[in-house]
Amino acid sequence: MIYVEKFTFRETGIIKLEELKRLNLLPPQERLLKGPVAILECPEEIPCNICVPFCPSKAIQMESIIALPKIVWDKCTGCGICVAVCPGLAAFVVDISKQDADYVTIPHELLPVPRVGDKVMILSRSGEILGEGVVIRVWERNKTYVITIKVPKGLGLEVRAILSRPLK
Amino acid sequence: MPHIDRRIYEHPIITFNRGKRVIFYFEGHPIEAYEGESVAVALYALGVDVFSWSPKFSRPRGPFCMIGKCSSCFMTINGVPNIKACKYPVQEGLVVERQRSWGLLAKSSILEDYKPASSEKIETDVLVIGGGPAGLIAALTAANYDLNVVIVDEHFKLGGQLLKQTHKFFGNVELFGGLRGFQIAEELAKKIALEKRIRVLMSTIAYGVFRGGYVGVVGENAHYIIKPKALIIATGAQEKYLDFPNNDLPGVIGAGGAQTIMNEFGVKPGESALIVGSGNVGLIVAYQLLQAGVRVRAVIEILPEIGGWFIHAAKIRRYGIPILTRHTIKYVEGDVRVRKATIIAVDEKFNPLPGTEKEFDVDLVLLAIGLEPDSRLAIQAGAVVKYMPELGGFVPVRTRFLETTVKNMYIAGDISGIEEATAAMLEGKIASLAIASRLVDTSRSSKALEEAEKILKFLWEEYRASPLLLRAKRGKEAVTISINELEVLRKKFPSPVSFG
Repeated sequence: MIYVEKFTFRETGIIKLEELKRLNLLPPQERLLKGPVAILECPEEIPCNICVPFCPSKAIQMESIIALPKIVWDKCTGCGICVAVCPGLAAFVVDISKQDADYVTIPHELLPVPRVGDKVMILSRSGEILGEGVVIRVWERNKTYVITIKVPKGLGLEVRAILSRPLK
Repeated sequence: MPHIDRRIYEHPIITFNRGKRVIFYFEGHPIEAYEGESVAVALYALGVDVFSWSPKFSRPRGPFCMIGKCSSCFMTINGVPNIKACKYPVQEGLVVERQRSWGLLAKSSILEDYKPASSEKIETDVLVIGGGPAGLIAALTAANYDLNVVIVDEHFKLGGQLLKQTHKFFGNVELFGGLRGFQIAEELAKKIALEKRIRVLMSTIAYGVFRGGYVGVVGENAHYIIKPKALIIATGAQEKYLDFPNNDLPGVIGAGGAQTIMNEFGVKPGESALIVGSGNVGLIVAYQLLQAGVRVRAVIEILPEIGGWFIHAAKIRRYGIPILTRHTIKYVEGDVRVRKATIIAVDEKFNPLPGTEKEFDVDLVLLAIGLEPDSRLAIQAGAVVKYMPELGGFVPVRTRFLETTVKNMYIAGDISGIEEATAAMLEGKIASLAIASRLVDTSRSSKALEEAEKILKFLWEEYRASPLLLRAKRGKEAVTISINELEVLRKKFPSPVSFG
């Protein structure tokens, strides 16, 4: 009998990489090393498929409105449209293919909106401050800002939020 | 008068376009407010935390639901007592006073001078009670089949609880998915305004259903007797209360009430918050508080796991907001407003574990422990209802087309059992299409039925197939009956009222 560890994200509100992997939501290592790719941290069968029609590369597939999203990894260009449109703010783009640093694209809906070149605090899925990142790109769609940050090498799969200043 | 300004001037999502400045009088003090604000919100914005005192023990009462479902904001306005200040728009020169006991008429001359408004009689095809997502979609659907519609809503703005939803909606693009709730409200209100067949009665209350199929509707200076061929009740839901010491202290607010204050009107509900309940409402309000610049200390949940969807939880966890499962609130303290909240861990049987108390210095405790369908009007009309914990309370028994045991009286949205706005809109559509199929000529009637069947199939087989909606789905299955069963119930519990 194979022992399968129980998912804990419903108790913690934090999903582990291993859990994303088991749900086929994590790109394979070889794809990650090729360049920017989307990661949809959407592990539950909720009735939503907004990302599917908006993906310009038709890389996201869903069998029904409640199915988990499936990305055809080689079709995904890492453009970040899904980051902008996902109502759950659960889409991210990660680029760990560069030598000097990792790059993470996240949705951001808090003030102040950082500008390109700003140094920002980088936060993990549990809100732990992981260090400092530099804002590389900022664009907006219906008030969701899509922000690409350069983060220290090795943190690409960990950084999921930024803050320009500490929360009160 | 306290001198603070809680208005929000910068928000990441919403631009608050405040109307013309008006001055009204609150217990002798001139109050500056903006057109489009309610009296309750305008007072709260300036730091008035106490809206009334309980008649018996003179305990201070603050805002709670902010949508006209509770009584904590009853004030005397221009001499008339028991006015819901949360539903009363500010106007130049209003004289507002708080009530320290039962509401009393300021002077008897008000009664002597009172001339009842003449009653307008309206005959219409469809009467919709409630201008939220279910009601508005129902009205637009009926108008699309050339039916005349009257919408009655208690608020002075259309949209119901969509007005305070700042997150982008789930679902798919055809169901407004991707748009934010308040944007959906704006879009629907625009469409309604363009429909010549829809008449909207704002700031009015449907107070009763009467023999002969009449509905009484009253506004401040207006009275309507409406005789519709079909009635759709889309009155939504009210927030549930939780029992703990000092739960009536100002600062203990319904999570939805806080959303109204902050997202509909752009006023900060407080500085530091504790949220009780980790369902989607609790999780979403925590995120919205962050966006409004309010500190969120924690979300607590009595169950061993988070109640709402993971994605909503992840949105607040990544900013470091703890979600404490297996915890409940023990009590709150404060004199005229919450100053401190004490929480406590519970065991498997939800018994508090002494010694595990934690204290938070907060001025806000938001209750997000669930909603209760507002089925009062349906019950008054004589509809057969059933108590369904999985749906939040008493709900009318209905066919899959949402007709109740009162002939031609339909329900849609949260009154049929708590789900969310997308399901509410689909139900509004189904009810209206069923009505259209009865009222329009045969060629279009079959088209309406076909359309209804398609939506029913999507709602039951695809949308509600989500395991996260299973509890509500099972509840709805249990109160959805066949036409034959409906006829049996109608014979057994005949309603004195019918429409058509």
